[in-house]
This record gives sequence, C-alpha cells and structure tokens, in this order.
Amino acid sequence: MPGTRRGQKGRPLPELSYREAVRDALSQAMRKDEDVFIMGEDIAEMGGSMGVTQGMLDEFGPERVRNTPISEIALVGTGIGAAMQGMRPVVEVMYEDFLTLAAEQLVNQAAKHRYMSGGQLKVPLTVRTQGGAGWSPGAQHAQQLEAWFVHIPGLKVLFPSTASDVRGLLWSAIYDDNPVILFEHRTLYGLKEEVPAELEPIPIGKARVHREGEDVTVVATGRLVHEALSAAAEAEKGGVSVEVVDPRTLQPLDEETIVESVKKTNRCVVAHEAVTRMGFGAEVAAVVQHQAFDWLDAPVERVGAKFTPIPFAPVMEEFVVPHADDVLEAIQQTVGR
Amino acid sequence: MAKVEKKGSASEEQLREFFREMLLIRRFEEKVEERFRAGELPGFLHVAIGQEACAVGVCRALEEGDIIASTHRAHGHTLAKGTHPNEIMAELYGKIEGCSHGYGGSMHLYDVERGNLGANAVVGGGLPSIVGAALAFKFRDEPRVGVAFFGDGATNIGTVHEALNLAQLWKVPAVFVCENNHWAESTPASQHVPITDLTKRAAAYGMEAMRIDGQDVEEVYQAAHAALDHAREGRGPVFLLLETYRLTGHYVGDPQVYRPKGEVEELRQTQDPVTKLRERLGLTDEEFEEADREARELVEASVEFAKNGTDPKPEDALKNVYA
Repeated sequence: MPGTRRGQKGRPLPELSYREAVRDALSQAMRKDEDVFIMGEDIAEMGGSMGVTQGMLDEFGPERVRNTPISEIALVGTGIGAAMQGMRPVVEVMYEDFLTLAAEQLVNQAAKHRYMSGGQLKVPLTVRTQGGAGWSPGAQHAQQLEAWFVHIPGLKVLFPSTASDVRGLLWSAIYDDNPVILFEHRTLYGLKEEVPAELEPIPIGKARVHREGEDVTVVATGRLVHEALSAAAEAEKGGVSVEVVDPRTLQPLDEETIVESVKKTNRCVVAHEAVTRMGFGAEVAAVVQHQAFDWLDAPVERVGAKFTPIPFAPVMEEFVVPHADDVLEAIQQTVGR
Repeated sequence: MAKVEKKGSASEEQLREFFREMLLIRRFEEKVEERFRAGELPGFLHVAIGQEACAVGVCRALEEGDIIASTHRAHGHTLAKGTHPNEIMAELYGKIEGCSHGYGGSMHLYDVERGNLGANAVVGGGLPSIVGAALAFKFRDEPRVGVAFFGDGATNIGTVHEALNLAQLWKVPAVFVCENNHWAESTPASQHVPITDLTKRAAAYGMEAMRIDGQDVEEVYQAAHAALDHAREGRGPVFLLLETYRLTGHYVGDPQVYRPKGEVEELRQTQDPVTKLRERLGLTDEEFEEADREARELVEASVEFAKNGTDPKPEDALKNVYA
C-alpha cells in the first residue's frame, strides 16, 4: 500500500489491518459518545462472523454491544427507530446477501422518512455489511450488491478498500445524519495499512487517487482496487502508465476526481467485483462519456463478474469474478485503440 | 389471559371530550370522501370510519413525550395525536402548510413535534422503528413509550413478528395496538388469518396481551392506560388488540363488491362507536347538534385553509432527500 507518512518525531505511523481499523473506529466512537451502540448477529461473545467486533463486549458491555436474533428486518428497523430518536446506531448485517431481507426497511423506511416528512426527521443510521467472493461460500454468501442501494435516493453508500479508508469513512458514516450503508469486502480484513496516529475522518464523497498515471484511468472499488494496482504495476512493465482511482464513496460519487483523471489520461476502465451488467461501472461509464466525451480516445471498458450467480466450486468461482489479469486486459484494450 | 389490569376510568367530562374528538374524526373522514369524489384530492385515501374509538382511546391515554407510528389509515390517529385538522387537510391537498409539507400525503402524515413519527404505507413497516425508539428511551432511561398502530392484516407479515419478538426479548417500553377490523383490504379474516383470537400471536412471544372492544372508547382508554403504564414501568411491551369494524371501504371510492350485502348497513346500526358513545352519555339532540356543528365547522375551515394553501414549487421535490 502507498503511504509513507510519518508521525510526530519521525516515528512510524501505526499499522492496522482492515478488520482492526473497523474495530478501532467503532470503539473510538463508542468511547466518545453514549449515543453510539452496535447491534448484530453474533457480534458480542463471538465477536462477529468476521471477528470485527472481538473484545468490544468486554469493553462496552451487552447493552451497547447487542447480540440480536437472526432477524434482519427488526435489526435494521430498530436501528432506524433509535436513529430517529437521535442515537447513532451501527448495525452489522452479517452478509450483504442478507440486506435483501432488510431491503424494505432500508429502501422504504430509512431512505424515505426524511423526505416523506418534509424534512422533519433525520435517520443517522450506519449499516455495516460484508461480502464478496474468494472463499467459495456459494451463491447466497458471496454477492456484491452495492449497486442495488446506490440506486436509492436517500441512502449513502460507502465501499472503502483499505484500513485507513475504512477507519476514516466509518467514522464519517456514524456522524452523518443520513442512513449510510458501508460495504466491507471479506478478503480485505487481513490487509494492513499505515493509518494516521489520530483517527482522521474522511469526508464522504471524496475519491482517493491511489496511483497517478498518464495513459489510462482505472476506476476501481473494493477488492478490485488491489487487483487494479497489481494490474497497473504489470502494465507499467509494458510502458503503460495507469492511474488508479478508488471512489470509496459510491453515493454520493466524486465525479470531479474521476472526470479530471480521464481528461488527463483519455482512457477509462471501470472495475468492480459485482456483475458487470447494469452495475455501478455502467454509471461511471455514463458519467465519463457525458462529461469527458471529447477527451476519450477509446470506449470505456468495464470489468466485473460474469452474469451468473456466484458458483461454489473454487475453479468456477475464480472464473466468474474478475482479477488483476482481467483489469490488465481491459487496460490493454483501451490503450490499443 | 392478560395480566395487565385495566385501571382508571374516564370521567363524564373526559368522555364528552372523547366524543367531540371522535365526531371530529368522523366528519373529517366524511369530508375527505366527499372532496375525493369531487375530484379535489390526489393520491390514495383510506378513511377509518368506524375505528374512531381506537384512535381517540389510545391517544388520549398517552403522556407527553410518548410517540406513535401510524398506518395507511392515518387521519384519525393523526388528529387524535393532536395535529390540527387544517394541517392534515392541507397535506391531503398537497400544500406546503400540510403536516408533511406536501411530501407525504394521506399515507405519510407526520408531525414529529407532536410525537407522530409518521403514517406508514407498507403494512407492518412502522413496528421496527417503534421498537428502536423504545430502545432509545430505555437507553436514556426516559419514561416514554412508543406506540405502533397496525391492523389484523399486518399480523401476517414477517416484519410484525420480528418486531414483536425483539421488543419482548429486550423488554422495551412499547405498546402494539392491533386494530382488528376483520378485513385485509378486500380480503376477509377467514381468508387471511387462521385464528380468531389474535392475542395468540403475542402470546407466542411471551408478550402480555389484552383483547378489548374497540368500539367502546372508555374500554379502549382504560386498556391503553394500563398497557402504557405496564410498558413505562419497564415491565415489557404489551399487545393491545382492539376488535373494531371498518364501516366503509378499504379506500375512498372502493365499491366493496367483495363485502356481503347488508354487512356495512348492519354494522353501522350496531357497531358505530360514535353512536355508542352518544347513547352511553345520553346526549340530547341539542347537545349532539352543538358538538356536530362544532366539528363540521372545524372541518369546513380545514378545507378552506387547505384550498388557500401554497403549492410547493415543482423543484421543491429536490429538497429533503438528504439531511
């Protein structure tokens, strides 16, 4: 990971895994603020299915680290109700596939109370969830459903891909007065990165340029940020200079950073793990063609999963979702034009 | 089955006050039907004619700081919770002066200042929020109760069961008011619910439940009082089943082809909560007419207020999406 910043007196900055970074942001918010609490399935004694909340029960107790029944509608809906009373609940939905169960509460309730009330209400709710392929859990535990929710006015959608990003963005999500869904990717939990010594909130709606380049812009999210960085390193060997931009926030989208990058490189690849068809990448492609049409030297290429459910057998799973070589191929496709 | 004892009766004076409120709701609803037929009201409208005692009996038992979530059949609850008829009628006409400033309509009446967290047009959709609000009251040690209204139709949807389960598990201060009007839109109870005593649904979660005649406002008031006390004292949520009747269609304009011939007429003779209370109070014709005149005047004035209201600008639609 890039990041060579130094702390005070030249001491190296602390390094956290993505998992620790999530835990750190939650814990710091809960230490500071009685209104913040977390709830979810298996998050207390077990520490969450991904181990994110390990140790938090000991520090904060069972009232503020609340184990819940397997009951996504009630879990999210209760978060909405507590949020409308001014608390700042953070709800963990164990697998993002299960957002489908809570979709009514997210889409019809959380996203719309402010609007339907003519601005009388705020819903400062954060929903954390995780998913993605790579562990062969099969079709009901490995989807990437972020594009469902970026389509809903009233929701904000975050998809941080590194430890420092998830730490700073989760903090901002907790303190945002709107319902925010924060997607984590399962394969990133162990990934380490230097983080600021003091937690620095990262503004929602601000992209991160991971790597500057001249020839092509890759707009990537989640796990594909890392695949794109690998692809960029590989492309560089062939003399192609790649800029990698991670929007980090999908809604609202930092169109300016993306468009400015494409105006510089004249080529664009969009890469995510979710299925390509009707995906988030289609929106990015539309934004780019509309705002940077005269700068484009090649059609925008999209990289994503094939249009199938996520299969079980590891060889099939690996085949369906995109990897660095798919990003590299797309880069070469645009450069070849 | 209920361990929650009814207590506290309404005074004659209170009952007369309840009567005026119920009559106001009735006249308001009739006016809504009339103005819809005149082509003045957009959207979907559901009136609660026949269910006035539920709204008034429960809302009059609330204390300052208690909150409610309502349903698509919300006019009565909203009036009973204290929103002025002008603000509700203005909302039905889509005006800025409306209680949701034109963003909600009949099925999304809100009045947060008065503790009304909104009518919900997804059946059962409001219950989880009430559990969450009640959880917040518990966290903060505030002596407040969250009340969710819903119908018999809602007791078949998972949202309601998940909410009841969690509420009881966490013993949050909530009261779940099930207005059993025996119809899920056009579908009779016989076709949508396999039991007749809906308190059994609460019993499955170990929740205290009460089954009350929802056409008798005094009964409703006493039961609601007891249920609210129970919840407020930290003894857990209560399921308050009110047996009531919808003396009209599902929506305004509903020809009710599905309803047995003569049913509504018969129920209007035997189960009208306004008539029942009038008889209970022994109101003279003069007394009734005075109250009626007062209600009609308020309703007429609300129509005037609404018609003179301000239309939102089309581009106001872009506001209030995010805080």
